[in-house]
Amino acid sequence: MTSAPAPIKAKLRIGDLVFSRSAVFAGSMILVTLAAVALFLIVQSIPAVVATNEDASILKTNFWDYVGPLVFGTVWAATLALVVALPISIGIALFISHYAPRRLASVLGYIVDLLAAVPSVVFGLWGIGVFAPALVDAYAWLNENLGWIPLFSGTPSATGRTILTAALVLAVMVLPIMTAICREVFLQTPVLHEEAALALGATRWEMIRTAVLPFGRSGIISASVLGLGRALGETMAVAMVLSASPVITFQLLTSVNPNTIAANIALSFPEAYGLNVNVLIATGLILFVVTFAVNAFARWIVSRRKEFSGAN
Amino acid sequence: MTIQTTRPPETSAPIANSLTAGRLPKSAPWTILVAAIAVAAAVFGVVAIGSGSGYNWGGALFIGALLYIPAIWLFSMLVEGRRRAMDRLVTALVTGAFLLAMIPLVSLAITVVSLGAARFDADFFTMSMRNVTGEGGGALHAIIGTLLMTGAAAVISIPIGLMTSIYLVEYGRGRLARGVTFLVDVMTGIPSIVAGLFAYSLFAIFLGPGTRTGIAGAVALSLLMIPVVVRSSEEMLRLVPNELREAAFALGVPKWLTIVKVVLPTSIAGITTGIMLSIARVIGETAPLLIAAGFTASVNYNLFDGRMQSLPVFVYTQYANQGNPPEEYINRAWAAALTLILIVMALNLIARLVARFFAPKFGR
Amino acid sequence: MNFKRLGVPAVIAVTAAIALSSCASNEGGAAPSESASTLSGNLVGAGASSQDAAQQSWIAGFQTANPDVTVDYDPSGSGAGRETFLEGASDFAGSDRAFKDEELAAGGFKKCAADSSIVELPLYISPIAVIFNVEGVDSLDLDAATVAGIFAGTITNWNDPAIAATNPDATLPDLAITPVHRSDDSGTTENFTEYLGAAAADVWTWEADGVWPFEGGEAAQGTSGLVDAVSNGNGTIGYADASRAGDLGTVSIKVGDEFVPYSPEAAAAIVDASPFAEGRAEGDLAIEIDRTSEEAGVYPIVLVSYLIACGQYEDPANVDLVKGYLSYIASPEGQEVAAADAGSAPISDTLREKITAAIDSIK
Repeated sequence: MTSAPAPIKAKLRIGDLVFSRSAVFAGSMILVTLAAVALFLIVQSIPAVVATNEDASILKTNFWDYVGPLVFGTVWAATLALVVALPISIGIALFISHYAPRRLASVLGYIVDLLAAVPSVVFGLWGIGVFAPALVDAYAWLNENLGWIPLFSGTPSATGRTILTAALVLAVMVLPIMTAICREVFLQTPVLHEEAALALGATRWEMIRTAVLPFGRSGIISASVLGLGRALGETMAVAMVLSASPVITFQLLTSVNPNTIAANIALSFPEAYGLNVNVLIATGLILFVVTFAVNAFARWIVSRRKEFSGAN
Repeated sequence: MTIQTTRPPETSAPIANSLTAGRLPKSAPWTILVAAIAVAAAVFGVVAIGSGSGYNWGGALFIGALLYIPAIWLFSMLVEGRRRAMDRLVTALVTGAFLLAMIPLVSLAITVVSLGAARFDADFFTMSMRNVTGEGGGALHAIIGTLLMTGAAAVISIPIGLMTSIYLVEYGRGRLARGVTFLVDVMTGIPSIVAGLFAYSLFAIFLGPGTRTGIAGAVALSLLMIPVVVRSSEEMLRLVPNELREAAFALGVPKWLTIVKVVLPTSIAGITTGIMLSIARVIGETAPLLIAAGFTASVNYNLFDGRMQSLPVFVYTQYANQGNPPEEYINRAWAAALTLILIVMALNLIARLVARFFAPKFGR
Repeated sequence: MNFKRLGVPAVIAVTAAIALSSCASNEGGAAPSESASTLSGNLVGAGASSQDAAQQSWIAGFQTANPDVTVDYDPSGSGAGRETFLEGASDFAGSDRAFKDEELAAGGFKKCAADSSIVELPLYISPIAVIFNVEGVDSLDLDAATVAGIFAGTITNWNDPAIAATNPDATLPDLAITPVHRSDDSGTTENFTEYLGAAAADVWTWEADGVWPFEGGEAAQGTSGLVDAVSNGNGTIGYADASRAGDLGTVSIKVGDEFVPYSPEAAAAIVDASPFAEGRAEGDLAIEIDRTSEEAGVYPIVLVSYLIACGQYEDPANVDLVKGYLSYIASPEGQEVAAADAGSAPISDTLREKITAAIDSIK
């Protein structure tokens, strides 16, 4: 007698349809673009990967010997930069979101954002003209007193243009974007959580540790990924600041430093011709793959913890 | 609650105010800071006298500030206990991180302003470099190029980026969404110079080899811009509480209207910041524009025909290809850097005003 | 609505650009019509960045004399310049070296007529100065072997006896030498290493190359980066276009029995003292610099940069333009302008005669 009620169907609205379709379209655009870039890189790289020094004058032996030190330099410089930048950017973000007076906070945030506005060429000019010379004495001191640590051994550079300088410049360059994301996420911490923590007698630090940081964890990781992406791919500033040679070394203070892939492309591309161009593009592909791996690693870390999100 | 701790009667000196007991006085941090810097200054003084070299003011301040961090922790530990000591330590570290970041900013600002002021004149904004060697000339062509190319890149990237993040947060389920998230991460890793190579080669296919146009530059820039827009807006959209969406759905508001009228306005401040950052990120890009858009000494308004100069490339070429007298070229480079920073500052300010104007009025 | 909101920065950027749309005050309209020039059109060149400063002056001079002409020179690098010219994407090329015999044999210059030879003109001669930054020392006299030893890393201190031997009057400090080389691929490095290899073969065992041949020493990007690195360091030494030496100390090079400081005349002299490459077509004036020349008053470390054009163009439309431009560059006036703006060495009259003949042969 009583038939089961028909399932309620949502009304189909044109607006919804258009909106969701265009959202899907935009998402797919990214897929297409990336596929195009990857295809371009792979097609251009194939001749280079099998090339030897007879085909491409830029190679000393074969492609892998050429790209090895570059990969090392890229990862090494970016890691150093991130190690420096991550704690500092979290610190700045916390300072702006939870320590500075509210009135001052937005001004301070604006000031840090300004750092993002400085073009990389200017960082390069500043690095070579102001920053590197200022570090020469500090490097000499580090080498003299802490030279027994392998990182600080070797002959310290007379110009300060070492991989540590390049990494510090990179750290300054990635600070604003990392800080901005951390800051926005920290500011979004539910006020109720914070007040609850404080009401239980937590100090400000305990409140941050128990309420703000767990809430902002995925934001911090996003910030690191973006920062690392920028540090890995930064071209001009590194090319201008770093004194580079095709070597693998962990020494931070000498004139002989490993180069990064992006900087090497910038340095060699203008005079490149024929197969050398393919070799350089192939190094670009390697950089792409390195970043890919780094991102996958970051994703894996995030996915081990349940995503904390308002929209789930 | 009912248990009362009884104070031992043999307390020799009664505590005057039980609320401030066991706490450092308010002036303590400052006193300790001054003392720490004084100690560092004294040590540096002795070193300076000992070695006969000049007095290192920066070093003294820096080491002094560094000394403050363990000092405040130690004092607080002795007086206030472990938890408050930790709190004070973190406060010192966080403030220190901020001040540390100010050092390069201030140094950069001083460098750019002092060196850029030399040629920051009317000529600089009304002239291009056509037929100019040595003195004079300006960056009008580069300013126009930068605004046009960055504008075009923004027009391409913002809709795609924002819609993608909306897709990821509001619609995305399953494999496609995971794939897109991952690919966006990968995209952040496209080295800027590779983006330039890609755009250059893409347009070379259609328009013949050696073509360098403004639009190729814009495409290269948008490749770099999209992931930043997606990543930051996604983060902000995710932070919108589900309660707001559910309330809207409960009132019968269609999903797309919920997004447009509820979700986006709630997160507009964060999204705008993200977009401004993405613009700031690409407006200073040199390498891809050098390859994709080339450079020229003349004004060009047409994105689709001919080479286009931009400010960062202008800075680079003026620095790298100096003629005679070299100071003129260096001065122009710094003036262009100053201009570029001012443009981004202005954009940033406008975005903040926009965000404040549109954002829903919260208590905070 | 959200688009309107979020597009605001973009809209502002575009409107600001439109607002700026007044013409640049130094462009258009100002063309004085008294010159009886009949040339008009667009000329595109690409190549060596070493020539860039000179090209800018030549372009400015040529465009002022011929208001209807626009010349673009893209300093994308010698290799890229030769490639672009080969592909036919440019009308002329600038290159820090001439095409090699096997490259010429392979042919395939798309802008040129099928069996046309190409014209290579040594129009930009620039001395390369060895610059250093040591407090209290303004100039040094060094022979090739010592310079090679310093850059090879076998001579590591400024008070080394090898340096002191040729500089009895200089007060040389006990200071480590930091040799600075170019980190990018460049014609300057190629010419410098070629000189070291030719003049000090037993110390310098590497082949001439645009890329620094071994690991060691400090590296810096471009001439500007190198000059900055040398001036910001202490005890640094490097090599750069002489026009960029500025206040830095410079080295006089031992030629024969005397020490010759760099100068435009000395640089032009070595070019005159060197033979043209053999077996080249008429108009192809590739020079083989005689780095070991012992003639008096020649400065052997020079960069010779060529302007390269077709002997016969496939499409005759631009021939007059190319000839006009090259003639202007070769003229005493053109060479003077480059000397003033870029610090190059003006070519000698004997070389000019040959170059003019070669330009006249272009068709």
